[in-house]
Amino acid sequence: MAAEARAGNAGGSAPERERRRAVCSAVPALAALAFAVLASVVLACGVGSFPATPGETLRALLQAAGFAAGAPVDPGLAVVIVDIRLARVVLAGITGASLAIAGAAFQGVLRNPLADAFTLGVSGGAAFGASLAILSGLAGAAALSGDDRALPACALAGALAALALVLGLSRAGGGPLSSLRRETLVLAGIVVSTFLSALISLLKSLDEESVSSIVFWIMGSFQGRGFEHAQLAWPYMLLGAGLVLWRARELDVLSLGETQARMLGLDAGRSRLWLLLGASLLSGAAVAVSGVIGFVGLVVPHLVRLVLGAGHRRLLPASALLGALLLIWSDVLARSVLPGGAELPVGVVTALVGGPFFCLILARKGLSTGKSGGGRA
Amino acid sequence: MIRTHNLTCGYAGRAVLRDVSLHLAPGEFAALLGPNGSGKTTLLLALAGLLPAMSGGVEIGGRALARLPVRERARLVSCVPQGATPPPGYTVRELVRMGRFASSGFWGGYGPEDEAAAQTALADARCLDLAERQAAELSGGEFQRVLLARALCQGRGALLLDEATSALDLARRVEAFDLLAAQNRQGSTVFTAVHDLNLAALYCPRLIFLKAGRIVLDGPTAAIFTEANLKDIYETDIRVAPHPVTGAPQAHLVPGAGPFAGPAAPLRG
Repeated sequence: MAAEARAGNAGGSAPERERRRAVCSAVPALAALAFAVLASVVLACGVGSFPATPGETLRALLQAAGFAAGAPVDPGLAVVIVDIRLARVVLAGITGASLAIAGAAFQGVLRNPLADAFTLGVSGGAAFGASLAILSGLAGAAALSGDDRALPACALAGALAALALVLGLSRAGGGPLSSLRRETLVLAGIVVSTFLSALISLLKSLDEESVSSIVFWIMGSFQGRGFEHAQLAWPYMLLGAGLVLWRARELDVLSLGETQARMLGLDAGRSRLWLLLGASLLSGAAVAVSGVIGFVGLVVPHLVRLVLGAGHRRLLPASALLGALLLIWSDVLARSVLPGGAELPVGVVTALVGGPFFCLILARKGLSTGKSGGGRA
Repeated sequence: MIRTHNLTCGYAGRAVLRDVSLHLAPGEFAALLGPNGSGKTTLLLALAGLLPAMSGGVEIGGRALARLPVRERARLVSCVPQGATPPPGYTVRELVRMGRFASSGFWGGYGPEDEAAAQTALADARCLDLAERQAAELSGGEFQRVLLARALCQGRGALLLDEATSALDLARRVEAFDLLAAQNRQGSTVFTAVHDLNLAALYCPRLIFLKAGRIVLDGPTAAIFTEANLKDIYETDIRVAPHPVTGAPQAHLVPGAGPFAGPAAPLRG
């Protein structure tokens, strides 16, 4: 009787409480992240060899946007802030957001906590596709300066080819896509990306001239990138993000495994195909303009899940914002940590953070998602 | 409601079910019984549209299952799978609400209607006290109740259950079957695979026995739940006696009847 009374009491207010709780935990977190991203854009634009105070930076940005905001900023500094740093910060932000959404999508679709564009070899495939385009002359010598439209398309083709190769390789033992063992998948990813990076080295040795710039690009860097790169990438990123965000609820259902997803009315095969395509678009576009930046897609969704849970309608937007935040600050670190104006590739910074994190996830068996989950019995 | 004609299906070209013809009328409450490996799960997966027929076919509400869109089928038939594991990072309420996936809008999220359906399903399956807990932290029995709640949330027209009470203790098992019986009285067609012969005989007016992929017996419980039939199907000595309260036939095992009974096993006088 007591239990019944308790259940009855909980019944009256539970839906409201739940709704309020979900809203309370998700909306302020998203708002805080969005604010942090905006603040970071301003702060990050002030860091560099011509430092500016946040007030000056904000004024320069507002004046560039056409608002008459306070005293005019020194025009030289304004050029540095708006044309050089803002472009770079924006590119870092959208790349970080893309990689984080792609990581969350890969992890959800493959039910594998270790999945990420980098660990799956998708980034390597995109880099190979782009290198091939550059060195074969398809994309022209102007590609790295950003005014070539073919580059993201080639990177995307490379990303999709690498993804197909990795999935095919890890399925060689048989079984449906949802029952892939996470270690097998990552092993296949390592095999494919090692092979591809060897091929990239081969391509580089065929064309000595562009070696140094390509080396830096492959390492993942925003050095010398500007608005034209952001312009090149954002349509692909928007399309990819739309594909994935639109199917957020399908990612939730897919996390139950193939059998249950289909029982609940999801055409699992088609859904996975679209989601993988969206995630590949995001990774391919990110690689095309910024090179291979590892671990953003791995670390960010995990951190968000710890706080907001696994529901993808909250996870995806929060991951996008946190990914942007992480990469903006990683890039600030990469361009300011070395003395004398020298730069680290930002991929080095993210790998220094992401490598240990990867080991942590690998060690925590509790995070396993892809073991059985409603297989046929 | 659900009809199969000469259904043959299986995995990777190997037929597990052979030539199964079956008709479940709307509002029936039937149990699917049979020894291990007899094809119970396979039949339920085929009825749920998850396993294509090699020959023959399945009809749901008069329409061929093979041509029914996935979402529409999910609105007609709700399932409780066997051996499911909870996904990490979701609360029980989120998990139950996923039952509304096929009913909710393609564009938007889950609306107030879906929340209400989840709430009612949680209450009916007595899971309200679990609603805000992480699904991955539940015990096996609690998770089975949550899966039952999700099936109710998905729809109540037809329920297909695969060993949905196997991890429940005795009291919860009775509770779950009482719930199924109540749903059945309100018009649901219920078809459940059960290992527990007595539970099936106690609740279900109709029993269907599978053996080696074929239906060997199908009929009213009182008529077919006999010692001779059960011995034949399970290949062990089984005695049947009426239930002390309801009078339903109940099966009783006899120790030492199996092939491994050595000299140390208790002998029957």
